[in-house]
Amino acid sequence: MFEHTFLPYHHLIMKEIDIKDLKRITELIRERHNYDFTNYAMSSFKRRILRIMDMHNLTLDMLFKKISTENTFFDEFLSEVTVNVTEMFRDPSFWRILRDDIIPAILLNHKSFRIWHAGCSSGEEVFSMAIMLKEMGILNDTSIIATDLDTLILDRAKSGTYPAKNMELNNKNYIRYQGTSSLDEYYTIENGKAIMDKSLLNNVSFRKHDLVTGDIFNKFDLILCRNVMIYFNQNLQNEVLKKFHESLFKYGYLIIGSKESLIWCDIANKFIVVNNEEKVYKKIKD
Amino acid sequence: MDKYNLNNKYKAIVIGGSAGSFQGVTKILSNMPEDFKLPIILCLHRLKHVRNGFVEALSIKSQLEITEPHDKEHIKKSRVYLAPANYHLSIELGHTFSLSTENMVNNSRPAIDITLNTAAYVYRNKLIGILLSGANKDGAMGMEHINQRGGRTIVQDPIECMIDTMPTAALAVTEIDHVLKVDDIIKFLIELNNAYK
Ligand SMILES: C[S@@+](CC[C@H](N)C(=O)[O-])C[C@H]1O[C@@H](n2cnc3c(N)ncnc32)[C@H](O)[C@@H]1O
Repeated sequence: MFEHTFLPYHHLIMKEIDIKDLKRITELIRERHNYDFTNYAMSSFKRRILRIMDMHNLTLDMLFKKISTENTFFDEFLSEVTVNVTEMFRDPSFWRILRDDIIPAILLNHKSFRIWHAGCSSGEEVFSMAIMLKEMGILNDTSIIATDLDTLILDRAKSGTYPAKNMELNNKNYIRYQGTSSLDEYYTIENGKAIMDKSLLNNVSFRKHDLVTGDIFNKFDLILCRNVMIYFNQNLQNEVLKKFHESLFKYGYLIIGSKESLIWCDIANKFIVVNNEEKVYKKIKD
Repeated sequence: MDKYNLNNKYKAIVIGGSAGSFQGVTKILSNMPEDFKLPIILCLHRLKHVRNGFVEALSIKSQLEITEPHDKEHIKKSRVYLAPANYHLSIELGHTFSLSTENMVNNSRPAIDITLNTAAYVYRNKLIGILLSGANKDGAMGMEHINQRGGRTIVQDPIECMIDTMPTAALAVTEIDHVLKVDDIIKFLIELNNAYK
């Protein structure tokens, strides 16, 4: 959540932390707070922990104590240990494929359909979706559920308010995406903040949901989970993929980040690749 | 022969580069045999929004297969891996790659420090780190880390660099084993490869 704070990275680069201490941290979190980071990718998880210790000037013992006893600290910790960096229309070529190929294919068989953004972070991806659907004239035919385990970042998503300086990149992405309007049609600038048009969220519901410990809660025609599973190890990717498989209607679509892959996963054979460049998969077997 | 006193303990080579490194990298790659015995991992600063074209450009003269790794892909010898645009590239224990969208480090994503640090952690003294021409200080900390873990460090001779800030920064923060021109880096790598025969 505090991605904007400048950090002298060199401070933490020299520090190391033992794997066994990382394990103690994940165990403590599991016991006290019911989140499970055991199967997160080690490299980034370690960097995040070191970064938090550096930001708050904590020794390992202090970190343990704060995690066990301070709930407000833990909310911040949760927000900082996860990586929330995101963009509107990230990978513009993907959004074009979605608009030109995937959504039309879904519309062949459905008048209305359901979308799940898993790991939606501060909501940029959700606003991108809503803007795309609105420009296609079908925003009201969809219902969107956007989830994340980080409640602080979900609050930011719901507020639809972003630092105005972020809009430069978002605008560039939108132009590369070749939308039919101009991105600034969808927000106003006030006091250095870009405030998104809230009517875009009429059919969106934001919910807290943990992909690791959470249950399957609904069925969808389209699931986006981009740049989330890169923070998991392969075992966890496998487990989460099973949940996505179960949460998809047959012939529903799963889309992951452009540099992720399903081909190593146990149930890869229940999907076919629709677009390999943009990592669009379709469920073909129950 | 055997100028650099190399043996076959090494498991990977990581090359960092930025402004002015493209020529050097392509020259190095074009001189590697197709059965090169180690993986070569490249972390080069690049435009964040341009996903395509870089691998193709590097591949023109290379006999080794060059790809941008997928997340959790296994690292194999005789292969060249290029950090993809807009992602940090890390090495995991168990010799797989991890990608991440964390904040930029040293104004860069991919950041060379991240790739070098994680590689140093995983490969310890079995890593060779090479830093080429570049206009910022990214990679200097990573070279220090490689040094501390007992790996071998090489920087491109600042005299030869189009922009020497990067190798100079590394030389300032840590002891570098070899300061070499690109042609000598190639000789180094060929000698290394011969140690596996
Ligand atoms: C880098 S952001 C991805 C945002 C967006 N999908 C994109 O591609 O730009 C990763 C998000 O995944 C969330 N996340 C991490 N672990 C999660 C989990 N176990 N369950 C749900 N969300 C999780 C983080 O809180 C973070 O907001």
